[in-house]
Amino acid sequence: MSPDYRPPQVPPVDQVGVEERAAKFAARSIKRESKVSGLERIVSMIDLTTLEGNDTPGKVRMLCRKARRPLGERDCPSVAAICVYPSMVPVAREALEGTDIHIASVASYFPSGQASLDERTDDIEDAVSAGADEIDIVINRGAFLSGDYERVHDEIVAFKKAAGDAHLKVILETGELETFDNVRLASQIAIEAGADFIKTSTGKIKPAATMPVVLVMLQTIRDHYLKTGERIGMKPAGGIRTAKGALKYLAMVKETVGDPWLSPDLFRFGASSLLNDVLMQLEKQRTGRYHSERYLSIS
Amino acid sequence: MASTSDRLSVYKTYKLYMDGGFPRTESGRHLKIQDDQGQFVANICHASRKDLRDAVVAAREALDGWSGRTAFNRGQILHRMAEMLEGRRADFIDMLTEQAGYDENDAVAEVNCAVDRLIWYAGWTDKFEQVFGSTNPVASKHFNFTLPEPTGVVTIFTPRNAPLLGFVSTVLPVILSGNTTIAVVDNPAPQVAMEFAEVLNNSDLPGGVINILTGVREELLVHAGGHKDIDGILSVGPDSEERETLGLEGADSVKRVEFLEGHDDWTSDEAQSPYRILPFVEFKTNWHPVGR
Repeated sequence: MSPDYRPPQVPPVDQVGVEERAAKFAARSIKRESKVSGLERIVSMIDLTTLEGNDTPGKVRMLCRKARRPLGERDCPSVAAICVYPSMVPVAREALEGTDIHIASVASYFPSGQASLDERTDDIEDAVSAGADEIDIVINRGAFLSGDYERVHDEIVAFKKAAGDAHLKVILETGELETFDNVRLASQIAIEAGADFIKTSTGKIKPAATMPVVLVMLQTIRDHYLKTGERIGMKPAGGIRTAKGALKYLAMVKETVGDPWLSPDLFRFGASSLLNDVLMQLEKQRTGRYHSERYLSIS
Repeated sequence: MASTSDRLSVYKTYKLYMDGGFPRTESGRHLKIQDDQGQFVANICHASRKDLRDAVVAAREALDGWSGRTAFNRGQILHRMAEMLEGRRADFIDMLTEQAGYDENDAVAEVNCAVDRLIWYAGWTDKFEQVFGSTNPVASKHFNFTLPEPTGVVTIFTPRNAPLLGFVSTVLPVILSGNTTIAVVDNPAPQVAMEFAEVLNNSDLPGGVINILTGVREELLVHAGGHKDIDGILSVGPDSEERETLGLEGADSVKRVEFLEGHDDWTSDEAQSPYRILPFVEFKTNWHPVGR
């Protein structure tokens, strides 16, 4: 604990400006070869996610097979990571043996985070020892909204320590933060506390990822980079279901933080149904015929 | 108060009918419609392949709900369409005479027949299963029966004549079994089908069950034929080129492709038949063990 903690000073966010700027990216037209290469890049950036109460080892194994070879016998990059609950990490680890695909686990009493700090750090340590190399944690929104920024900060520091060498993705749950100013402040706190990635949402709250919110987070990342030279990753999650929508995100990333972020090392999509839509678009580009989801496995 | 002669008329903008709403074509294109005297009647939407794609998404989305309704309920909704059309007979008779070159008698006959045909097909929703299904004698202790089920999403290239009755006569037998459709309308008076969309929209028909695209049939053929999320195509009055295109494109996704010659006079009894239901149902046979 640092007795003299002062929350970071962040610039105020112009809500109208951010929303208009974010809407501009929807007007970018990406066609043909650029579209195909964009779609393949999106696949390589996906954290293929299943976070349901009814997840079974069978479903996770099926998803892992899909993660390795999304289009079966056809050429297509594999996804960046599989994202599961801690109890499913051993299953994913076995199924992804020998691949470069990361295993991300949500931890820290995802999605609410409403447990004691010890329980939450234990949850993280369990996930890491089970084989997860990326940990997605939730911030303490209750503390944040009541103005206890120090607690939010210190908890993330404790999570980072518990996660050890695993990559730490910090979920702000922007749908519960009410204002863009809060999003900007929470992003900055998370970055200063040691986040490797900042992530919008759990996917359990609506609204989840939206273009303006992600723009505010990317601007925070950009400003942090310009100040320190350190590159923090970004992961929008929840609500991105279409290839068309995902391509707009790529345009926003390129024009806000630049090319280095157009890589799975610094940008991820937390999604489940997005993958099938991207695969359908890739098939459409290859064959010239519209595809059907019925030819693809569930995700 | 201004006299009526000073008044500017308000013309209707004809759009597409998709997912229970009336969107404009995403392409922004339009076609000019003229009456048989060459007078301007309306601009209508010139639907694009992306409109077709969107309509397929709506039809696929609507399929489970529509096919999951009870047969009786589907019949009620078809009957409701007849009620709505009956109330707007005068509108449609005017459209056919003023815009499509019909004489009064033919217009009245077409509209009346359309109402009657809606009632007639409404009656078939809960009867075709009994008529076309069967129980089958088998050589083991099984109760064996065969039932028709809807094929799925069907695209219909509607007749080039009879703008109201041709539409009703080809679309109704496809949807009554639980299929959902994209109806492509390319005839001299496509605005009549769009007017009929307002009848559909007032009949408790769930959005997406019937989607209507006006435009150029030849342009949409190849895209409909190759689209893997379309299960069947009904092409009314095809030429040999159209048969070949649909046959080749449809083969890749193993579609049901059905060709229908069409009729000069759609009011004839031959233009309605329960056998029009059959091309877009799949027969499923169940083996059920018989107890003692």
